[in-house]
Amino acid sequence: MVVFQKPKSLCDVPLHYCPGCTHGIIHRLVAEAIDELGIEGETIGVAPVGCAVMAYNYFNCDMVEAAHGRAPAVATGIKRADPSKIVFSYQGDGDLASIGTAETVHSATRNENITVIFVNNAIYGMTGGQMAPTTLPGQVTQTSPYGRDVKHCGYPVKISEMLSQLEGPEYIERVAVNNVKNIRNAKKAIKKAFQNQIDGKGFSLIEVISSCPTNWGLSPEKALQWLEENMIPNYPLGVYKDRSAEKEAAAK
Amino acid sequence: MAEKVLMKGNEAIAEAAIRAGCRHYFGYPITPQTEVAAYMAKRMPKIGGCFLQAESEIAAINMVYGVAGAGKRVMTSSSSPGISLKSEGLSYLAGSDLPAFVVNVQRGGPGLGGIQPSQSDYFQATKGGGHGDYKMIVLAPASVQEMASLTIKGFDLADKYRMTAMILADGTMGQMMEPVELGDVEVKEYDKSWAVTGTKCQRPHNIVNSLSLVPEELEQLNFARYERYKAVEENEVMYESYLMDDAEICVVAFGISARVSKNAINEARKQGIKVGMIRPITLWPFPKAPLLAAADHCRTFISVEMNMGQMIEDIELAIRCRRPVTLCNRVGGMIPAPEQVLEAIQKANEGGQA
Repeated sequence: MVVFQKPKSLCDVPLHYCPGCTHGIIHRLVAEAIDELGIEGETIGVAPVGCAVMAYNYFNCDMVEAAHGRAPAVATGIKRADPSKIVFSYQGDGDLASIGTAETVHSATRNENITVIFVNNAIYGMTGGQMAPTTLPGQVTQTSPYGRDVKHCGYPVKISEMLSQLEGPEYIERVAVNNVKNIRNAKKAIKKAFQNQIDGKGFSLIEVISSCPTNWGLSPEKALQWLEENMIPNYPLGVYKDRSAEKEAAAK
Repeated sequence: MAEKVLMKGNEAIAEAAIRAGCRHYFGYPITPQTEVAAYMAKRMPKIGGCFLQAESEIAAINMVYGVAGAGKRVMTSSSSPGISLKSEGLSYLAGSDLPAFVVNVQRGGPGLGGIQPSQSDYFQATKGGGHGDYKMIVLAPASVQEMASLTIKGFDLADKYRMTAMILADGTMGQMMEPVELGDVEVKEYDKSWAVTGTKCQRPHNIVNSLSLVPEELEQLNFARYERYKAVEENEVMYESYLMDDAEICVVAFGISARVSKNAINEARKQGIKVGMIRPITLWPFPKAPLLAAADHCRTFISVEMNMGQMIEDIELAIRCRRPVTLCNRVGGMIPAPEQVLEAIQKANEGGQA
């Protein structure tokens, strides 16, 4: 009896991610959601610029590689070209919350019927650990060697809080992948984000609090501990917006 | 039977694009091309198409990238500063070998510049604009009729060669009204088996991508792309030859500058000056062969352009500097008067054998 196998929606190739990186978990959660919903053949993914730049080699569905930060605009084009397709983007914090902020905000406010997976690990990983828009106050990175000084370069951007203020988006939830319980929650949220698109409800963004052992300079285990002690207090988990649930509650 | 209607150049582009099968338009308001967007906003919802005003020029060109990747005809339009913003996307379209159609109704620059007509984006359009080795097919209409016909041609060339075709017009072409004949267009089908349309779990996944980290492979991709560009240069050059049979002086001009030059040439001919014109219709590929042939019997060339001298470099290259080329220009939104061009022709004529 098979009790565990690789999701169909993941290609059978080695991933390039660093040891202990949580991208592997998040890829798997996305692939499991696609498999369970039976949408692999109709799904088109958009990869970012950043650590997940080569996600197009890992997801088994049709894939497009976008310019840095432009994934939501590219996804908009793909979705508008054929609204019957399921379109998702997979982006990191530099991509989505810095260079691509405008594309993020406007695809959300249009309630573009797409699914956005936002991986927030508070650092630019691919380029070797520079300060991200989501880097925590005081956090040491290559370009904030004395710790992020909020007087000099401002505060972290809180995407889930920000987007939940818009009328447009259908669903915004922040999850984490630091332990089994949170990973199970993350899976539920990601699946719901795809289901919302299938149901034509519109824009869903799942912010996934993630770790970067390599650039945080911590072992994989210590990195998850740091995530729990530092990231989660700054980025509280939970549902930030669920328009359908709000409507249902209002109807009662 | 094609109907004849009076239209603005910008509207002619929009209507022609629709007839060419384009059902997706993304843009951002900028003078002097906004009529294209306004026309699309009105028409697209009525014909099951998509008009979407993007949050920026950058978003618009990336929406174009998405639709093109999905294998459908798509366009955006803008004016000079907006095209600068789109240049990143133009490079990615080239790197991913996607067909797209882009319109630049030029205004004076650099910077915010002005809103009056200009031809100062010649370098940007023909030499790249974005990063990396790439070309776009650049079409230069000189009438509202050509705004329409070159739009139809542009969509076809884009699909045929999997590259961007750009209309390089100017504010005059965009704003002026002329009668234009619009017929039904036979939309050719091209193989787009590379597009992302969903695998249906029946084929390996398609990837639309411009990233290639292995230098040997990236080199081969560039070589292959330039083989395609070579085919464009061999097969798709378009130009108009005007009174060139006995010409001793050759005017080279495109777009509105060519219209002005034609008046000046007619006047010069009345004065017995043997002058003609080669009007590039494709700025890339540039009509090198007819210009080189003209150097056999023309003793001098005049480049009439609304910039500080950009096309003049391509003329010098095309004729291998065998004859002198002088510049007759206005810039900053000014259009050369026929008198100015006539004076340049007279001066060249007095110059005798160069």
